[in-house]
Amino acid sequence: MDVGSIIENSLRAAVGLEAVAFVLAAIGLNLHFGYTGLLNFGQVGFMSVGAYSIAITVNELDLSMWAGIPIGILAATVFALLLGIPTLRLRADYLAIVTIAAGEIFRLVVRAASLRDLTGGSSGMTQFARDFYAINPFGDGTYGFGVFRWDERRFWLLIVCWTLVAVVSGLVILLIRSPWGRVLKSIREDEDAARSLGKNVYWFKMQSLILGGICGAFAGFALAIGTQSVQPDTYSTAITFYALTALIIGGMAKSIGPIVGSMLFWLLFAGVDVLLREMQSADYIPEWLMDGTQVGQVRVMLVGLALMLLPIFRPQGLFGDKREIQLDAR
Amino acid sequence: MRRLVLVLVVLCASLGALSGVATAQDAEETEGDETVEVSEWSVIGTMKDPEGEPIEGAEFTVSSADGEEIGTATSDEEGNWGVELPGPGDYRAELDTDTLPEGVALRNEDNNPLEFTVRTLGRPRVVLFATGEGASRGVPAWEELLNNVVSGLKFGLVIAMAAIGLSLIFGTTGLTNFAHGEMVTWGALVAYFFNVHAGLHLIPAAVLAIGVGAVTGGLQDRLLWRPLRRRRTGLIAMMVVSIGLGLLVRNIFLFVFLGRTRAYADYAVQRDWEIGPIGITPKDLASIVICVVVLLLVGLGLQRTRLGTAMRAVADNPDLAASSGIDVQRVILYVWVFGGGLAALGGVLQAMGEQTSFQQGFLLLLLMFAGVTLGGLGTAYGALVGSVIVGLLVEVSTGPPFDLPSEMKYLGALFVLIIILVVRPQGILGSKERIG
Amino acid sequence: MPASALADVTPVPGVPKPDPVLVVDGVRRTFGGLTAVDVEHVEVQRGLITALIGPNGAGKTTFFNLLTGFDKPDTGSWTFDGQPVAGVPAHKVARLGMVRTFQLTKSLARLPVIENMRLGATGQRGESFLRALVPSLWKSQEEAITERADSLLERFKLSHMRDEYAGTLSGGQRKLLEMARALMTEPKLVMLDEPMAGVNPALTQSLLGHVKDLRAQGMTVVFVEHDMDVVYDISDWVIVMAEGRVIAEGPPESIGANQQVIDAYLGAHHDAPTSAAEEEAQLAEAQAMIAEEEEGGSS
Repeated sequence: MDVGSIIENSLRAAVGLEAVAFVLAAIGLNLHFGYTGLLNFGQVGFMSVGAYSIAITVNELDLSMWAGIPIGILAATVFALLLGIPTLRLRADYLAIVTIAAGEIFRLVVRAASLRDLTGGSSGMTQFARDFYAINPFGDGTYGFGVFRWDERRFWLLIVCWTLVAVVSGLVILLIRSPWGRVLKSIREDEDAARSLGKNVYWFKMQSLILGGICGAFAGFALAIGTQSVQPDTYSTAITFYALTALIIGGMAKSIGPIVGSMLFWLLFAGVDVLLREMQSADYIPEWLMDGTQVGQVRVMLVGLALMLLPIFRPQGLFGDKREIQLDAR
Repeated sequence: MRRLVLVLVVLCASLGALSGVATAQDAEETEGDETVEVSEWSVIGTMKDPEGEPIEGAEFTVSSADGEEIGTATSDEEGNWGVELPGPGDYRAELDTDTLPEGVALRNEDNNPLEFTVRTLGRPRVVLFATGEGASRGVPAWEELLNNVVSGLKFGLVIAMAAIGLSLIFGTTGLTNFAHGEMVTWGALVAYFFNVHAGLHLIPAAVLAIGVGAVTGGLQDRLLWRPLRRRRTGLIAMMVVSIGLGLLVRNIFLFVFLGRTRAYADYAVQRDWEIGPIGITPKDLASIVICVVVLLLVGLGLQRTRLGTAMRAVADNPDLAASSGIDVQRVILYVWVFGGGLAALGGVLQAMGEQTSFQQGFLLLLLMFAGVTLGGLGTAYGALVGSVIVGLLVEVSTGPPFDLPSEMKYLGALFVLIIILVVRPQGILGSKERIG
Repeated sequence: MPASALADVTPVPGVPKPDPVLVVDGVRRTFGGLTAVDVEHVEVQRGLITALIGPNGAGKTTFFNLLTGFDKPDTGSWTFDGQPVAGVPAHKVARLGMVRTFQLTKSLARLPVIENMRLGATGQRGESFLRALVPSLWKSQEEAITERADSLLERFKLSHMRDEYAGTLSGGQRKLLEMARALMTEPKLVMLDEPMAGVNPALTQSLLGHVKDLRAQGMTVVFVEHDMDVVYDISDWVIVMAEGRVIAEGPPESIGANQQVIDAYLGAHHDAPTSAAEEEAQLAEAQAMIAEEEEGGSS
């Protein structure tokens, strides 16, 4: 069994495309849920909006991919408004149900055969990120050190994305430590108290939803550009729950939570996959017990298990504050 | 928490046993799915006659938009055919109608040759040449509407069966159970196991499935939810736990039963009975009758029996109920037992109509939420009313006068969910104070 | 004494006041078939402490909720400082200067006490999203706010808990915090919903002192209370509600003897004596009855 391969793949996954995309999505989810107390389970919808914005901008509107980014941000804002206007007055678990429904609606709409010419239907769309790679300063070759090696295209993308993570995290830290962030936290604790002190709770919730949604859209940009494809079924509700797991692992309402959480999540997610496959090829796992496709399912089972055990045994994750959890009145 | 570990071990062991049986059986079945070779760019299709049987020997020619021939293909014994393409772009596919079997004609002659666009690398583009009469030809609109209403009623009653448990669980414990869909699938799969693998007729298999579902529900409460309640776990944390449970169990099902849909051994294909303008299969009719009878019994039970009244009391106001001397924890246990049993029955009925698969329940979950929210979260009658309406919406929207494309039919229900939450969040029968 | 402003006001429900800060007209709120609030007319004098009392279920908290925008009435209008505020959302009402506290204290548990206090300040530049990103735009204001917060905490004797999570405070401390936090908004009218509920007697005195301080600083106070000793101690005027309506108004002394108030608290047909003379009369009656029975029994 190639233990080296397992370790290598795990470590690379921790800083790879999926991890950095999830960091962005989790930062958004942290704004929604960790700081404002909004149960937005439709974050995958925002990711999908971002991804499809880029794809449609290039394929249908025949514009440069760079135009797709402001379009995606605008689309995410509109999606947040459509989502928020009717629902931000509702209680937490209602919001959860509605946001899942919204994510599913978006997936069904872009999947629809009737809109196939615009969105590619169930097959999706490909080949739209040429403009991004066109400005790649790195020439052909592999870059990185040790196990962290990628070709010039992926390396370029990862550099850009992780820089983006640093910028966005910095902005979020600034915001959370400001009076604006204080109002969000007060909304999380008790909306009515915030209202009685003159804060426009509804508008603050909406701002949080929009900003966190834009973070989700950026995650979608990264995935779309990185894989050069968008498909409706990649953006299923389960993805939001993966991001939630990553956030809980890292620690909610902490700036480092989404970053470390997502990295650890993908390290384990990829690592388990490689481990199981290695065990299969080394015949530690007989074929009748588990075949190739079933390995993928075991991974998801583990995510489900994590989502069950974490809130019970370690709700503060890695970096969260245990005292804060104990004081949580919800 | 050792109990939790014990539960998981038992769960895995029993599913491992089931899996051993299921996959052993599968190994004996011949794998008949031949797939057509696919390259980077390709177009594929499957030819079936109006009865759903594959057509062998149909000949296809694929050309580029300019008319230049790219390739030809003949459908195999499964009806599958495919042609490799040089790259993305616009193409057309033409079926030689002389190669169709006798008595089989294309539904729409104008669609031959069929024009299509290919954009996606690595995934074959699927095209469809439909044969035989479409369902809508020759049937007056009102008759189709009536048939859709009946289908909607049946679907809605099945949703209601599963949703009552969901609603009562919310009412009595405040938990929004995201794993409820899996209780539905569980019932369907257990019945499948007893029916197809153990050889029982579907009816005793279904009864067993209901029993297993009820027991599973009770065990869930005793081993998972009640300890969490005792620890005073917050409602949001419990919701997240239920999401994790759903994810875990759904993938266990997927692992064990694989991704294909499967059908029960009995009542598989039936001809419609004609009752006036309505065409309905015997099993669908039975489904409606069973649902109505069971729901009536449930309704009577809730109204007349002491336990039923206690359930309604706890669902309405747990603190008040407790102070009137009701053993709230025992009532909650019964809610889970009945909820589990009803969900299992719903699962069997749904699977009878549409075959069963690992994610049958999850698809239903959103519709259940829609139904329960529409009717009023926390009330049993609300779940019934709301679910039937959702079922009607889903089925009726695909026919006249709305004519939504069938892939969009769930959209209608989801939209209604959102609209209801905006306009009247407590639903039709719910009370206002619950919504915060 | 500011209470002398009401010396000439007849103690009748709905009586107008010489300088009202709050004027309420025809407010009704029903829940299903139940009428929770049905107030024809009531006015609250500026700069005084007005107590709002009444039996449980009289509609006092609902009335508070309606006036401060936390609930919508079926009909009615009211003005605050001359400005109509019916239908104005709760946060705007708070910004106009009418601030309320809650029966069940809403301390923001996972925020430190000092952050709770800073939150109360209105007009914070840093609360705007864009400006929040540029600390230099709001830092100095934040410092001024913190100074004010610290001095208030000093006054309320909570300074030692300044950096602790509000969730670790005791019940009484939370009451103090909520009151102090409300003062950060620099309100004109402070509406306290049962400020003494669940507070130990020692702390009650301290709270009473703070409430009197508010009046001394020119604020108007309306508070809901059940403890009649507290009411007699600090209120200048009392409004009595029962079954949603205002049934009596007047200086505290006049309320105790008011027959309608007594009826409301004890039930319209009651046997409990309300004065020493009545008690003796009832005692005599009972003794006479017993004597009669004994005579009848022994024959």
